[in-house]
Amino acid sequence: MKPVAFAYAKARTVDHAIELLSGHDGEARVLAGGQSLMATLNMRLSSPSLLVDINGIAGLDQINCEAGRVEIGALVRAAAAEGSAVIGQSVPLVAAALPYVAHPAIRNRGTIGGSVALADPAAELPACLLALRAEIAIAGPGGRRRVPADEFFRGLFETALGPRDVLTGIDFPAAGPGARFGFAELARRHGDYALVGLAAAAQREGEGLTNLRLAFFGVGSTPWRARRAEALLEGALIDPERLDAAVSALNQDLDPSDDLHASAALRRHLAAVILRRVVRQLTGEEPQ
Amino acid sequence: MSTAETISLRVNGETVRQTVEARRSLVDFLRQDLGLTGTHVGCEQGFCGACTVLVDGVIVRGCLMLAVQCQGLSVETIEGVSDKGEIADLAQAFAGRNALQCGYCTPGMLLTAQQILKAGGTPSRAAIRAQLSGNYCRCTGYQAIIDAIEQVARTRAGIQS
Repeated sequence: MKPVAFAYAKARTVDHAIELLSGHDGEARVLAGGQSLMATLNMRLSSPSLLVDINGIAGLDQINCEAGRVEIGALVRAAAAEGSAVIGQSVPLVAAALPYVAHPAIRNRGTIGGSVALADPAAELPACLLALRAEIAIAGPGGRRRVPADEFFRGLFETALGPRDVLTGIDFPAAGPGARFGFAELARRHGDYALVGLAAAAQREGEGLTNLRLAFFGVGSTPWRARRAEALLEGALIDPERLDAAVSALNQDLDPSDDLHASAALRRHLAAVILRRVVRQLTGEEPQ
Repeated sequence: MSTAETISLRVNGETVRQTVEARRSLVDFLRQDLGLTGTHVGCEQGFCGACTVLVDGVIVRGCLMLAVQCQGLSVETIEGVSDKGEIADLAQAFAGRNALQCGYCTPGMLLTAQQILKAGGTPSRAAIRAQLSGNYCRCTGYQAIIDAIEQVARTRAGIQS
């Protein structure tokens, strides 16, 4: 189908974008890579009165690395992030997840900021942000603020972004010595949204892992931390009994639902499979 | 701020200046306003890849980009890329291997295949499959398409098949 008619404006600066959004009282939408927005417009699932195109705003397509932090600008394309040596070295979890994000033609246009702002519950990047304790940089009518990933994803396609806010970038702690990560995803076809996925981060300490964060996706309305499993795996060397206990704990941690793509029971089974796989990556038994 | 914009862009090397509705997708602009019907419209949701075109040298979905966003950019379609002769070997291999039946997906397949081949070397069948995952073919079952791309990769790399 074709979209309902809308007006189009190219924002010159972030402040200009906020001004344009503010003038349309919740009826305007930000257009970044457009790889999800355009599909919803074409299907007439959404009919905004104005699209505010932020692609021309200078400076939002940068990757900056300083003082142990990596900031990925909102307009960095997934393909550019995938090819970035800085991200490969300092945010390796994101580098591992990006090849799973849709398909090459979509990664050439789709942006990091767009994926996070949309917050599809089966998308890879929101879960990576949650695992890595990233912060989301937002500019709005009241000024600029940073929201931790733990507080950003609030519900199904619902985030801390207001209708007049613009997501400007994502701020990650750079991986230091001993930082471990794991990533796995199961989908029917490469590049499809996950049936179940897991992004994980931890710190190697002696023979064990600390600061372990397990962020599942595709199992609820937001990316979701398996907190009981995290607690069971935290600390000393992970033996088979503790791993079994953590896998069992997923039954309480996760509450997936049935849909056209998979039953809740299948999702629970697959979550257990990928938890074992990701723990092996975290401990170094399998390549990250 | 309006529902129509005048844009100026390059399409297959020629400058085009035209007023388009803001809601006009790039693929509809190419087909309906410029008559370049080699690019096909499939799902209009980004799944099928039939509308694949090059924007500033990289493949994108023509259904997921607005024509107004192409102001100042360079767009290439299957017509332009074919005319330059840069995929003649690929087109020939597709025909030779029966890598198409109805042909609806073929323009998108060829442009995606060309992007895979531009990276150089001889990618594995698994790598070709992963890169092609965004292009649907409902006729061939993909094997022949992967055969054709693999064959051209080997030939371009100077390997006798």
